Amino acid sequence: FPGLADVSISEDIPVEGEITVPVGSRSPDEDYSTLDEPVRDTIMRDLKAVGKKFVHVMYPKKSSALLRDWDLWGPLVLCVSLALMLQGGSADSKDDGGPQFAEVFVIIWFGAVVITLNSKLLGGTISFFQSLCVLGYCVLPLTVAMLVCRLVLLAGSGTVSFVIRLIVVVAMFGWSTLASTAFLADSQPPNRKALVVYPIFLFYFVISWMILTFTPQ
Amino acid sequence: VASLVMYLFAEFDDAANLLAANPDATTISIDEPVEIPKNQHGRLQEPGREEDDELLGTNDSDKTELLAGQKKSAPFWTFEYYQTFFDVDTYQVLDRIKGSVFPVPGKNFVRLYIRSNPDLYGPFWICATLVFTIAVSGNLSNFFIHLGKPTYHYVPEFRKVSIAATTIYAYAWLVPLALWGFLMWRNSKVMNIVSYSFLEIVCVYGYSLFIYIPTAILWIIPQKVVRWVLVMFSLCLSGSVLVMTFWPAVRDDNRRIALATVGTVVLLHALLAVGCLAYFFDAPELDFPAPIIPAHNGTTVITKSQ
Repeated sequence: FPGLADVSISEDIPVEGEITVPVGSRSPDEDYSTLDEPVRDTIMRDLKAVGKKFVHVMYPKKSSALLRDWDLWGPLVLCVSLALMLQGGSADSKDDGGPQFAEVFVIIWFGAVVITLNSKLLGGTISFFQSLCVLGYCVLPLTVAMLVCRLVLLAGSGTVSFVIRLIVVVAMFGWSTLASTAFLADSQPPNRKALVVYPIFLFYFVISWMILTFTPQ
Repeated sequence: VASLVMYLFAEFDDAANLLAANPDATTISIDEPVEIPKNQHGRLQEPGREEDDELLGTNDSDKTELLAGQKKSAPFWTFEYYQTFFDVDTYQVLDRIKGSVFPVPGKNFVRLYIRSNPDLYGPFWICATLVFTIAVSGNLSNFFIHLGKPTYHYVPEFRKVSIAATTIYAYAWLVPLALWGFLMWRNSKVMNIVSYSFLEIVCVYGYSLFIYIPTAILWIIPQKVVRWVLVMFSLCLSGSVLVMTFWPAVRDDNRRIALATVGTVVLLHALLAVGCLAYFFDAPELDFPAPIIPAHNGTTVITKSQ
């Protein structure tokens, strides 16, 4: 390179400086490792995340928080409590009782997996665990309905109690379906929204049916 | 208006099949570009064009016809392979359901609606809906029938859901498998013009089960006559769709075998309906005033086997 022949760096000027590029905003998590924090903090952080998602389900707005930071703790807790509450203590020998614990568990998880697979096969852009997370969290209104039904059944099991239970279950079923549709609908291709929403409707309908037909022994 | 269809390529076999199956069908030429937007939900063309579209399939399936060679080329262990079986829009599914409930005489369900784009969405979810509908309706119907009886205690009968699921999914998948195997075997002996792939047969069977969903809901009415009229009616509708689909496939065969095949198809369909009715729905009993229950065998007086 002929033009550069006369460029030289004098050897007595030291070259110094910072090589690291400063990052704009450092999130506090990177400053310390979570291994050293007290156990209470770890648990509270997860509990707060779960609690925040419960609030999101009860007041469904189009927020992406539920989708972005998915977790399956909430669905597990809801599923186990729903399955426990559906045990009527039907310990007698009648075969055709209500659903067993394992049946409720399998229906909820297997149903959620099938619906997720269905929406992905139809071309949805949501990830597998995000969809499971949403479907699991939206069981919350139905768990509340189950609780209310059990309390109403403690008071009596006549026609009035049946009407109250019917109204509560139908309202919570509508809430669950609308909440999950609000979260999941955007990630579906536009011509196929109904194809994706219908299985969700069927899923919550089956759970509502199990709740409504619960009869204590 | 009857003029021959001349597609650019890859349609000649299909046209021959169409003409062989329905020699007096009207076929209409389409000579405009195929680029019509996908959301033709309302089909905003004139009524004449609607019929053309229905006869020859929508433009999506035109594209898939043209790409038929490249359609299912993904290897079977990838996710994309299974996505090709769910390549349907809402309006296509609704059209297929409509076609299974209102059979058009002379038109073949597979040729008309499936058009080389068989989907698994319809069969799977129609079967799932049917399972739960039968279980729920059966439970409700038994509840209403036994409502006033003092010895009756309501149980949700959840076991029956798994039995219903096994039966219906077995019918919707094993019977098409057997039928497909049989048709392939006959095809090797007698050259049939019309032959169906396994998925097309599954599709026809799946969509033909749709009529049983409203039938199962109406079976809650505890009248024997009503129930049997419903069975006959739904059997006629969906049975005729099946017959019109499979008759062209066996027509060129030995007469007796053709009739036996179609007869078996209808018989199995009838058996499913009658079996579900008998197992999940208790027989409605005649009313008579509840007798004073004696100490030992009061309940045996009431139950009357029908």
